Amino acid sequence: MIPAAFDYIRATSADEAIAALAEHGDDAKLLAGGHSLLPLMRFRLARPAVVVDIGRLNDLKYIRDEGDHVAIGALTRHRDVETSEVVAAKVGLLGEVTSHVGDPQVRHRGTIGGAVAHGDPASDIPSALIALGAVLVAAGPSGSREISVDDFFAGFLETALSPEEVLTEVRIPATDGAWGFEKFNRRAQDWAIVGCSAAVRADAGVGVALVNMHPTPIRAGATEAALAGGAGAAQAAEVAAEGCDPTEDLNASVEYRQHLARVLTRRALEAAGL
Amino acid sequence: MVVSIMGTRVLRKEDPKLLTVGGTYTADLRDARLEGAAHVCYARASALGAVSGVDVSGALATPGVLGVVTNSDLADFPLQPPQMDLFPEEMLRRSWLVDDAALFVGEPVAAVVAESVVAAVDGAEAVEVIYGGGEPATVIDLEDADGDAEVIFGEVGTNLALNLETVDMSTGFSDGDFFEDCEVVIHQRVENHKVAAVPLEGRSVACCWENGSLTVWMSTQAPHLVQGVFRNVYDLSRKDCRIIAPDVGGGFGQKVNHSQEEMLLPELARRFGRPMRWTETRTENLIGFGHGRAQVQRVTLGGDADGKVRRYRLEVICDSGAYPGVGAFLPYFTHLMASGTYDIAEIETRCRSVVTSTAPTQAYRGAGRPEATAAIERAVDIFAARCGRDPVEVRAQNLIAPERFPVTTAVGTEYDSGEYARALEKALEASGYEDLRREQARRRAEGDPRLLGIGVSCYVEITAGPAPGGKEYAKVEITPEGGARVLSGAFSHGQGHLTTFAMLASDSLGIPIEQVEVIQGDTAQIDKGVGTFGSRSLQLGGSAVCDASNQVIDLARETAADILEAASADVVFDAEKGFHVSGAPAVAVSWADLAERAEAPLSADSNFFAAASYPFGAHVAVVEVDRETGEVTLERMITCDDSGPLLNPMVAEGQRHGGIAQGAAQALIEEMRYDPWGNPVTSTFADYGIISAAELPSFELVVMETPSPHNPLGFKGIGESGTIGSTPAVQSAVVDALAHLGVTHVDIPCTPERVWRALS
Repeated sequence: MIPAAFDYIRATSADEAIAALAEHGDDAKLLAGGHSLLPLMRFRLARPAVVVDIGRLNDLKYIRDEGDHVAIGALTRHRDVETSEVVAAKVGLLGEVTSHVGDPQVRHRGTIGGAVAHGDPASDIPSALIALGAVLVAAGPSGSREISVDDFFAGFLETALSPEEVLTEVRIPATDGAWGFEKFNRRAQDWAIVGCSAAVRADAGVGVALVNMHPTPIRAGATEAALAGGAGAAQAAEVAAEGCDPTEDLNASVEYRQHLARVLTRRALEAAGL
Repeated sequence: MVVSIMGTRVLRKEDPKLLTVGGTYTADLRDARLEGAAHVCYARASALGAVSGVDVSGALATPGVLGVVTNSDLADFPLQPPQMDLFPEEMLRRSWLVDDAALFVGEPVAAVVAESVVAAVDGAEAVEVIYGGGEPATVIDLEDADGDAEVIFGEVGTNLALNLETVDMSTGFSDGDFFEDCEVVIHQRVENHKVAAVPLEGRSVACCWENGSLTVWMSTQAPHLVQGVFRNVYDLSRKDCRIIAPDVGGGFGQKVNHSQEEMLLPELARRFGRPMRWTETRTENLIGFGHGRAQVQRVTLGGDADGKVRRYRLEVICDSGAYPGVGAFLPYFTHLMASGTYDIAEIETRCRSVVTSTAPTQAYRGAGRPEATAAIERAVDIFAARCGRDPVEVRAQNLIAPERFPVTTAVGTEYDSGEYARALEKALEASGYEDLRREQARRRAEGDPRLLGIGVSCYVEITAGPAPGGKEYAKVEITPEGGARVLSGAFSHGQGHLTTFAMLASDSLGIPIEQVEVIQGDTAQIDKGVGTFGSRSLQLGGSAVCDASNQVIDLARETAADILEAASADVVFDAEKGFHVSGAPAVAVSWADLAERAEAPLSADSNFFAAASYPFGAHVAVVEVDRETGEVTLERMITCDDSGPLLNPMVAEGQRHGGIAQGAAQALIEEMRYDPWGNPVTSTFADYGIISAAELPSFELVVMETPSPHNPLGFKGIGESGTIGSTPAVQSAVVDALAHLGVTHVDIPCTPERVWRALS
């Protein structure tokens, strides 16, 4: 439970972090709340030569009401998202989903940026961002760029971020539509065996995304299409697992995961008033 | 009038420290004798198989590494096999470290000794195990091992480690149709899977040599047993081998045992000429120190169509892991308790243990008795269902009647005392059983997707056993100030002896509990002892405290008579006044007076022996099952646990709480699993499902106190009752929730997917 030796750089600004990444490339990892990276390091499953600590970049800790969207700095702790009135009023699904991450101690340390940048298909937060149609902002040596959440998750624990980019902000379109979230796990603090986020967006379309049903966080495209075509919740949920390629693990077979995806999607849709 | 503190909720003397600054565990120790200690990390086998060599060059080149010891380095210090002729000799020839084959993943291969823990871990990572020289025998499933799987110990020719029939630890099955006269006969295969003990503190040892004397600090449940082991390995006298157990963060049976990693440490200290420390990680504890349960049972129960049980056959196959040891014996306890709480005319058992390519099986909270309860309770449930009767009615019909005690069951076990039907009635009454059944019927009638299940188990278990019983040591001394010091051979690692044993001495001697100090866990201070396991400590160690205290009173009477200028026969002792002449309490002699006068310190000891006792009770579990997902929610847990008179109800409740939680966890979540190649896949708390408060309801505890005739205060053990009763109750509740859909059995753990499959 002791990480391999590594060099440590504490960044005092996003630019400094980007510069450090540019210098060390693949050998470097960003450390934010540490709740994904540190366990991997302690088991020596990750052994970055350089850890760039961005935990004190306080200018990346904010939740702003930008009218048609909510902007959340990447270093914002889960606890701050969970308790934010802005989040509750304008992107309520995200607040609810965040409240299911880990336990209170984890939520006081973990950050939204870290949860997204880790690219873990079992993480709850990406499902809310997909359902809500978020945009992610990344800063690199050549400036900032926006990435649609649909283009962000590239593979298992892989994202569209280049090795020298830092995720700086998450922008979520505001909606006062209803939403639902279902998380199925063994124990209160466990990762989801399967989860489902559903949200009625401002344009009245419905976003649906699944947790732990694919190598990446994934949009339940077939369900969304069925809903757009006028299907009810039960009918739309029947196709929830389509296009998903879940794996078998200690907690569930593929068949059971697909079944759970259908049940949880129906429940999330019903909770969203559909 | 002094009100006795016996039976009261005296707050634990241990807790202020544990809850504020925290305990001092072995890894925390700061002791001058451990100055300059080197640290050990064991490199472990990451795969099964023949091993042709170990490359330690990378480890030796690691900064801070002082040296690496492999098994070939220990040729002049071979590990002597245990003196046991029960197992095939070849299975007992275990080396210190992996020699020519890794028989389970996680087996230690090399000891890396370094200046720091960090350097030791780095060095261990650089150790390369060179596999080669033959395909490994890989046998993960115990039924495969029992069947025609390849043989792990080729020269033995079988995976059978122990057939308990051959040593009269099970009866064997008779020829002919055992169930011929039975109208109803049910049969079921029952799994009782591997679980981990998960003490919050894992193994930890520190040691040093001083002029040929060894001092070992160790996280153990039984310092004096461990002393015997170290003395044997290192050929030391009692006074040259001191074992100190500091605060210990739980054991649950695991830490009655000792391991190669712990025993080797003094040899490493000797070779490197430095004190030595080793503390394992959570993963090492989960994969390396053995697991509990690990049985597959085949139960057959026969009787009359009206529900009367007549005959029972129990077949047990136990997975003893890669090296047979204590785990291979535990089916003996399963055999002893086969009859459960029931009056069964004829019982036959057939128990055997097989080796597999997994970590050795150890004792775990209950150790053989939970498996017996699980087997008979499952059988009775299925039998009741086949008879078309309520499982509670069938239980009540077959329970051993109170007037029969002491009673010898069909397997020859003599139960001391019990009122099984009353325990069942009390638990049922507290649960509102009839209302629960009505609610269940309503939900079924309305097609409610939240299925309600009610499970009941009756249990009896054996503590301070098996026959003939057990011993524990205590010495009681009067201090110069008139207080008392209790030196106890039991060892509290969470049980609260510093409080409860002080209550006993305080009550006997009339000395306020604040002035009673209880000392445990140091073989230099405590002449002898056994340790704490098998729910033995209060009835043996506590009785020893009472016995020694009473002897001290008798010894003091003479001196008191001198002071009072009276004949000793006229001097009486009462806890409130002290010693005084009978009928004249106004002039009394206190312990302080006596301590001042006594030429030698007033003290007495007791090596108290008592026969085994048999705690019992009944558990009722209420679960809700999500018909769509198979998810089980434990809604209520009502238990009546009778362990005789309660010395401190709060401490007893704590034991019950922890036990019920662990038992429910086995029924619902916890399972130690291996993949087909022998890799332990539940090797962290992310994967191994240790249960938390969030998954459990508040427990509803019902009190009942039936004394044992085997010790003066009638105590029985309470440490394991919770675990023993709860697992079958919860399992039964899950099956009951699905019963109207034709389901008769679901193996534990009743995971959502398993339940969903049973539903579909």
